[in-house]
Amino acid sequence: MTAPAPDDATLTTSGMAAGGGATTLLIACGALAREILALIEANGWTHLDLMCLPAILHNRPDRIPDAVEAAVLKHRPRYDAIHVVYADCGTGGLLARKCADLGVGMLEGPHCYAFFEGNETFLARAEDEFTAFYLTDFLVRQFEAFVWKPLGLDRHPELLPTYFGHYEKLVYQAQTDDPALDARARDCAARMGLAYERRFTGYGDLATALTGWAGESVADTRNL
Amino acid sequence: MADDEEDIILSELDDEELVQQMHDDLYDGLKEEIEEGVNILLERGWTPYKILTEALVGGMTIVGVDFRDGILFVPEVLLAANAMKGGMAILKPLLAETGAPTIGRMVIGTVKGDIHDIGQNLVTMMMEGAGFEVKNIGINNPVESYIEACAEFDADILGMSALLTTTMPYMKVVIDALVEQGLRDNYIVLVGGAPLNEEFGKAIGADAYCRDAAVAVETAKAMMARKHNQMAAG
Repeated sequence: MTAPAPDDATLTTSGMAAGGGATTLLIACGALAREILALIEANGWTHLDLMCLPAILHNRPDRIPDAVEAAVLKHRPRYDAIHVVYADCGTGGLLARKCADLGVGMLEGPHCYAFFEGNETFLARAEDEFTAFYLTDFLVRQFEAFVWKPLGLDRHPELLPTYFGHYEKLVYQAQTDDPALDARARDCAARMGLAYERRFTGYGDLATALTGWAGESVADTRNL
Repeated sequence: MADDEEDIILSELDDEELVQQMHDDLYDGLKEEIEEGVNILLERGWTPYKILTEALVGGMTIVGVDFRDGILFVPEVLLAANAMKGGMAILKPLLAETGAPTIGRMVIGTVKGDIHDIGQNLVTMMMEGAGFEVKNIGINNPVESYIEACAEFDADILGMSALLTTTMPYMKVVIDALVEQGLRDNYIVLVGGAPLNEEFGKAIGADAYCRDAAVAVETAKAMMARKHNQMAAG
């Protein structure tokens, strides 16, 4: 059974512990917790459990493969199957290799911004949109923790052109319809000096992948 | 630095103290102080090359080490780099006049579809500080830009940078084009960027992956020395 998602600050720095009592575990980035829990609830996937690593690993992708490995090894004895809900996420293929070595599946694509939009669509658009900076629902809510403060812009706003001088627009990929998040994302764009675009994506390829894994787990259970 | 250092008057420090203070000021990203320190050392008769290597590169090396060790972070490194840039702007024309030694010539740029240039700008600065002449061709470079720039600049080294998982494969496109055109052996190819690793560098046929600016400088120096030795032997 999955527990409710902790608040965003906890998901950023600590992640989320597994609930227990299910047969399949999803090991995910904390930035995806709410979306995954929403899909689990909407689809009645009671056989799926979720644990999340700290979302702030997004800013230190070199640490993701080892963190995922530790979580897989820790939880493997208690679950029939484990899936890793990360895309490449800046690991340069190292996470894919780690998951292959561990014998667990992971998401396709370079980043959450790609699979929320749909990897195929995102990559097709990439050639014309490489001056876009992407935010998801989670990243809009955690903009200070993921963008503004780590880049030192709270202390040194003069660095803004160094970081974003070549960007042209901020694309808010909305997973949900939330006017408050839309307003916050628009404010983020204004602070960064970028044009603003809201693009509703829903859960994109995340929903497709989870549906597949949820189906596999059910089939495995029936075959027992 | 602490408030009690506000009263330090750079011109009253002896050379050794001043260089030490400039290392501290670089660490703290104090551009005006660095510019003042450079001017004082010039007035005292230091050669531009000596100021560059001992006061500026020496200070940035400390910054680089602390960045690698997780003591300093990107914003602090950028502020330090900006301070060094201030000092370099004074020294660069003087270095050209005084015929400071050149170790090699490098073209560097971010690959097509990628607009991230912070890393390559740091590499450019550190390579220049180490005695390389560098032509930085900026962002979003297709194959032709790299090849033309290398030919025009008579480069020894080609440096490519990428920050995105989606753009880093383009480095192989550039290297393959060099091979096809029979140009690959003309250049030492160095690659870098956050999602890259050593294995990727090898897989695409680069000569080396450089994880940061300091490694890029050391790798470039070592490979240039090897190239000269091979030429001397051949």
